[in-house]
Amino acid sequence: MKPIATTRSATGVPTGRLAVWWLLASEVVIFGGLLGSYLMMRLGHPEWADAAMHTNTWIGATNTFVLLTSSFTAVLAHQAAEKGDGKKAAGLLVLTIGGALTFLAIKSFEWYTEISHGYTITANNFWSFYYTAAGLHALHVIAGAIIMGFVAWDAFRGRELQRVELIGIYWHFVDVVWIFLFPLLYIAK
Amino acid sequence: MIDIIQGSTYAADIDNLILLMGVLVGFWFFAAEIMFFWLIWKFRAKEGQKSQYLDGTENHVKKWITWPHGLVLVCDVFIVIFSIMVWTNVKQQLPVADSTIRITGQQWAWTFQHPGLDNELDTADDIFKVGELHIEVDKNYHFKLESRDVLHSFSVPIFRIKQDAVPGRSITGWFNATVTGEYDIQCAEICGIGHGVMGARISIGDANQHAAWVAANSVSTTP
Amino acid sequence: MSDTAVALQHDEHDAHAGHHGPQGILKYLWSTDHKVIAMQYLFTGMFMAVIGGFMAYVFRMQLAFPGISVPGFGQVSPGEYNALVTNHGTIMIFWVAMPVLVAAFGNYLIPLMIGADDMVFPRINRLSYQIFLLSALVLLGSLFVQGGGFGGAWTSYPPLSAVGAYNQTQLGSSLWLIAVALEFVAFLLGGINFITTLMNSRAPGMKAYDIPLVAWMIVIASILFMLSVGPLIAGAVMLLFDQTLGTGFYDPARGGDPILWQHLFWFFGHPEVYVVLLPAIGITIDIIATFARKKVFGYKMMLYTTVATGVLSFFVWAHHQFVAGIDPRMANVFTVTTLLISVPIAELLFVIIATLYGGSIRLTTPMLWALAFMAEFLIGGVTGIFLGASGADIYFHDTYFVLAHFHYTFFPIAIIGSFAAFTYWFPKMFGKMMDERLGKIHFWGTVIPFNFIFIPLFVLGMGGQHRRIYNYQHFPELASAEMYNLREIATYALLVMLTFQLVFFFNCIKSWMNGKAAGRNPWQSNTLEWTTESPPPHGNWPVDEMPNVYRGPYEYAHPDREEDYWPQNEPS
Repeated sequence: MKPIATTRSATGVPTGRLAVWWLLASEVVIFGGLLGSYLMMRLGHPEWADAAMHTNTWIGATNTFVLLTSSFTAVLAHQAAEKGDGKKAAGLLVLTIGGALTFLAIKSFEWYTEISHGYTITANNFWSFYYTAAGLHALHVIAGAIIMGFVAWDAFRGRELQRVELIGIYWHFVDVVWIFLFPLLYIAK
Repeated sequence: MIDIIQGSTYAADIDNLILLMGVLVGFWFFAAEIMFFWLIWKFRAKEGQKSQYLDGTENHVKKWITWPHGLVLVCDVFIVIFSIMVWTNVKQQLPVADSTIRITGQQWAWTFQHPGLDNELDTADDIFKVGELHIEVDKNYHFKLESRDVLHSFSVPIFRIKQDAVPGRSITGWFNATVTGEYDIQCAEICGIGHGVMGARISIGDANQHAAWVAANSVSTTP
Repeated sequence: MSDTAVALQHDEHDAHAGHHGPQGILKYLWSTDHKVIAMQYLFTGMFMAVIGGFMAYVFRMQLAFPGISVPGFGQVSPGEYNALVTNHGTIMIFWVAMPVLVAAFGNYLIPLMIGADDMVFPRINRLSYQIFLLSALVLLGSLFVQGGGFGGAWTSYPPLSAVGAYNQTQLGSSLWLIAVALEFVAFLLGGINFITTLMNSRAPGMKAYDIPLVAWMIVIASILFMLSVGPLIAGAVMLLFDQTLGTGFYDPARGGDPILWQHLFWFFGHPEVYVVLLPAIGITIDIIATFARKKVFGYKMMLYTTVATGVLSFFVWAHHQFVAGIDPRMANVFTVTTLLISVPIAELLFVIIATLYGGSIRLTTPMLWALAFMAEFLIGGVTGIFLGASGADIYFHDTYFVLAHFHYTFFPIAIIGSFAAFTYWFPKMFGKMMDERLGKIHFWGTVIPFNFIFIPLFVLGMGGQHRRIYNYQHFPELASAEMYNLREIATYALLVMLTFQLVFFFNCIKSWMNGKAAGRNPWQSNTLEWTTESPPPHGNWPVDEMPNVYRGPYEYAHPDREEDYWPQNEPS
């Protein structure tokens, strides 16, 4: 039983979409603060380049590709939802979740390798930032995947199809954060 | 009010800045409060009298906002200029040093490294004291401020100086004492449970007193 | 009709037709009704205020009578003293000012004032409170763990806060930090609700400039919060990792920088004071409009000035760090921006004063509180000038002058503002009128002693007394009889003020039980919350009586009308 308040839209923008954009605004500042701090410290410590040499650019690039693809399937899911095809939207969301899981699996393998080589979170401040930033991002991937699961469940039953777009917007944000992380952590050597 | 002596060459500058602000700010403060209380009294509810319908465009009221607004801005400009002058003198432009000392804060004491008879820091005859700083009046001192562990802050109220000590850095400041005697040094940044006992004392002597102290301490102290 | 039709997928029949909220005790624990959630925030905030007030009592006793065994606490050790001042500050800002001013009154008023039946996301609203409650429990828990509560000041500067060996409260420090982080998450979620509801769910006919200022202020404050807290959340994660995993983000020996934390903290810390100031100003102006029977003099000016203040507040933060070891040239920049921000704030106060002009002023209890906010906050505001001027801050930094300044801002905001709001909206929330005589006794018994607490502290600060010191007997220049007299006056005044709070609690209970019935609109105010029952039912209005809006919120003494007020929902 949703309130009447939910049915109104004085701005013309659906409430759910408005809310997701505000959520993203606050997330941008969180990641912005973290990455801004990293950038300032990195510029002040050129010797971090030695540590940065040991990130695996190929794995990073693969994960970038995986995330971009999953954003694509999220877009397709939105299109299906717009047409009212809940089952198709749900299927495409499941593919997107698959992309998320692939990303996480690759990352787990990557971190396992790095940790066993001694590049732990306390090895030096570059690695501290690396794990913190990528870790915070990964947490957002996990949370997004879980919520996406609920949205897919509803969509499969033809319910709340407008949420497919909303989780898609969030998912693109997670993607964009990675687009910033990738060059900062992997390419800048 | 509590009287606190002006013990350095820039103490009067800082006090005068504070006084200037006191006058300007005090004027606005009293003007606003008096206007405020007067309006409450003048427009208190009276039987049968309705309030006025004003929508914010009426000039006879608006001018009481726009003019003060502009004047506040002018006052701010004065204060900013004076403040920058004082700040630049204390924190940016260091006069040539007659002597340099190193001040090290740690949990929970101040160690003062004085140059010895040779007036050179980091030589064998340096004088290390814990909790006591000895200087000569009317001389330009540079201090190199450091910390061994957490943030501390070197503060001498009679000089009006304050500077945080940051571990991993050596921050340079200066002072020139204009009075002799013994005064408080404080740690002005919370540094743990001993923050409250991390005071020290500064002893300011005239040329003879200081020379005698240096001579007596210079050879016998080792770090 | 301005209600924009947008194709949405949910069933409009769902909306409240015959729906009742949860019944019985569950109503209070599990409700999604914004009014119940508001009460939850309000009572939690009031409870935490008692705790924060108790802490102040203990450390002020120690300061006036060093070494005393404080009744109700015992002797205060240096470590306990640090924990008391740290948690007093943290609690008052994050667990009193924010939940009462922003969350409680925001939750209660926003849907009512815009003619909506609830927030747009009631379940997320409930979740926000639950996370907030958890944060309060974690914070309180942190005081009782081994090692005791965190004692590194509410600003939590590393390396002290980052290394257990330095602060000696390893567990307490991390729990404190986690509590603050949880509180941030609760308010981020709550903010999304407030902003979206205000933007979208207004009654038909309610344009942006028809929204009461208090609702605007709370929403702008939420936006400020959301845009400023991010870097601190990042910094807090880094600090938590330093504390628990042994990373070196803030460790200079490993290439880290303690000053980084300061920047991240104050980038949030400064806008945060406006996050709590704005609701207090909104409450004040709404109350003044009602009891002066006057339209706000310059609604749009207030709105634009508020936004300008909000934007400027992002550019002043390093005035907290003038002597911290930042590049001295930066200090000059921040002096300019800091003094500049005094201009729009002065503007806001001038508009409020101008609203009194031509009024017909009734000095009810809420009006007394609103007027006291102005008179006292002005002191806080002007003393800020002394601190914004970098040249003077060299002396004033970390003295009691700073402390007195921020109590002259925070106390009017958090305490006076809250009492103003509480006494004004009590009739709506509980359906009964509060006792005016008790209200006035409580008012004078709070405001007069307040000044006798903090004016002595200004004087002590000017005399060089530095902060966070448990015993001034170690500093000969600060141990004079004159200074101890001032400390005693402040402490006695606090005791008097705390005692008078009993009058308030008594008034609350007495009024709730036997107060005169309030009716819908006892203050003859214009805004929409006064058009429904007191207290409003679940859904706020019957489904077929949801209000439409025909004018602004402050049409008092309109020349076309005989009555001196004109509710927003009355057709022309």
